[in-house]
Amino acid sequence: MSTRHSLAAAGFLKDREKAGWHDKTLWMVREKRDRMSRELPEWEQLRDAACALKMYSNSHLAELLEQFEENASRNGAIVHWASDAREYRETVLNILQDHGARLFIKSKSMLAEECELTPYLEENGIETVESDLGERIVQLMHVKPSHIVLPAVHIRREEIGKLFEKEMGTEPGNSDPTYLTHAARKNLRQIFKKADAAMTGGNFAVASTGEVVVCTNEGNADIGTSLHKLQIAAFGLEKIVPDPDSLGVFTRLLARSGTGQPVTTYTTHYSRPQEGGEFHIIIVDNGRSRILAEKGHSKTLNCLRCGACMNTCPVYRRSGGYSYTYFIPGPIGINLSMLKNPEKYHDNVSACSLCMSCSNVCPAKVDLGEQIYLWRQSLDGLGKADRMKKFISDTMEIVMEHPAVFNTALKIAPVVNSLPRPIVYCRMDTWGAGRELPEFARESFNRMWKSGKVKGGTGDGNGHEGHLAGE
Amino acid sequence: MGSREEILERIRRNTQSVYEYPDLSVLKKSAVAYGDREKAFIKALEGAGGETVIAEDPSCIDSIIRKEYPEARSIVSPVELLECRTASPDDFGSPEDLDGTDVAVVRGDFGVAENGAVWITDFGRHRALLFIAEALVIILSRNSIVDNMHQAYAHDSMRHQRSFGTFISGPSKTADIEQALVFGAHGARKVTVILI
Repeated sequence: MSTRHSLAAAGFLKDREKAGWHDKTLWMVREKRDRMSRELPEWEQLRDAACALKMYSNSHLAELLEQFEENASRNGAIVHWASDAREYRETVLNILQDHGARLFIKSKSMLAEECELTPYLEENGIETVESDLGERIVQLMHVKPSHIVLPAVHIRREEIGKLFEKEMGTEPGNSDPTYLTHAARKNLRQIFKKADAAMTGGNFAVASTGEVVVCTNEGNADIGTSLHKLQIAAFGLEKIVPDPDSLGVFTRLLARSGTGQPVTTYTTHYSRPQEGGEFHIIIVDNGRSRILAEKGHSKTLNCLRCGACMNTCPVYRRSGGYSYTYFIPGPIGINLSMLKNPEKYHDNVSACSLCMSCSNVCPAKVDLGEQIYLWRQSLDGLGKADRMKKFISDTMEIVMEHPAVFNTALKIAPVVNSLPRPIVYCRMDTWGAGRELPEFARESFNRMWKSGKVKGGTGDGNGHEGHLAGE
Repeated sequence: MGSREEILERIRRNTQSVYEYPDLSVLKKSAVAYGDREKAFIKALEGAGGETVIAEDPSCIDSIIRKEYPEARSIVSPVELLECRTASPDDFGSPEDLDGTDVAVVRGDFGVAENGAVWITDFGRHRALLFIAEALVIILSRNSIVDNMHQAYAHDSMRHQRSFGTFISGPSKTADIEQALVFGAHGARKVTVILI
């Protein structure tokens, strides 16, 4: 009855104190997002516009990408196309080898994670250093990011203090975030200067100007790319936006949704190579063009990778990024993993309470919860439906389709109220693990209705119907 | 060119419904606007960890920088009229040499009231100047503050050809250690906007 997600989540929840802290930390980010959204009366209009712009760009990808290529080339950039992860990795390696680069500094890119760029470059003798603080922490710890925007959100300051003591020679026992951040600044500044080339991902690629736009708070992308003559920017092809006008919409939503800031500290437009340098841009497909044809799921291409759906998700907050079997966790990760390989990643679709909060916070209106629901419907077809749940729903079907059975079941149900706990909460009742059964009513609604005990009217107004809206 | 054609072909084949470019005019008209844009800008910049100083007259800029950064030994700026500058970015052969700059002073093209960001395309020979200095001072005209990012991207100066441009809203920051906010992650630790 257990999925790999639920087993991993049980492990995560063993350290109750840390799990509670993780939950609270992410909820705090979600609350910051709420404050930002409420400051703008036009918030919902903005989300509608972002969604409509993405629907436009994702249904005009071919012409917009060609337009981008033409304008970027005119700016002096060199545009490459990569069909899959392998071609992307090889393109990066070839560029670096052509220039004899040995030390490579990169800023955070989920595309690089997706295509496993860093291990590949390392295998080929190119030392690759992450410059985003959170990414650097997870790189030095030899673990993966547990969140797409807050890669080290699961790590306590004491652990980072110990890590930096070993890696950067910081004072033993000092885990003050300011002290540690500034130690990393000093350490990475030297690497920035020594590196031979720098790479960024891309938040947006503007078709009408040929620019790549990168949004960061730390300025790591900017320092890296400003110090070297060789710059590479790579992005998934759905990152294309038509024009600067559309950036007006997206830049208002991205940081407000992701981290609860009105805008990221740096919103940088890269147009031309540095003086005497080269600017390489890699447009990557790796399965994205296939998603266009996925009925009911193509809206995942609207995703801005802001992380809001993770911060709000009650399951993500309480199970952590590592409980998911795909490198992107949370609601968007569940959907992207199913689009990548349902056979392999179906365990993740259970990591959802269908509260739909993700769909309601998504700045580009990806219908995340609705799509997870669709995937669940397809599990049986994949032969991956849970046997116990299948048995229960088949049984329920019999009960629901036979009023006599239904009414008898209702009549007998109150017996459960007086049964001893060990019987009701026996091992077979997995639902009852961690949950309390409500008390069954002595009299069914049907019977109350028939005997005139139910008064007509507009309800009692106590809002008992609103429980699900809590998260 | 093989992959290029393959990718474009797959896109064309797989694209289902086609959607039109949305009409953004209503959104732009109803987007947040401020009676006093300067005040809103100052508040937003403060929220982003930056500070604003108002210069009654352009001649006050030098004394403001000296007062704000009394310890500064190296002040690098492409602004020639600046008396307190110790070097121009053109004096540095390579951008790494700018490491150790105490204060960089540049002109901003325009500011954005809703988020305290300033659009900058003025950095002299090395764009690294904007990110590598310990502190960044941006000189901005009080008359060139727009309400929001819609107006920002429609601004005249956005239409100019450029090699590089960036919106900067306050000092470099991170919260990657336990979501505790720290200024000075990689870029400037302090940002001062001087409004003239």
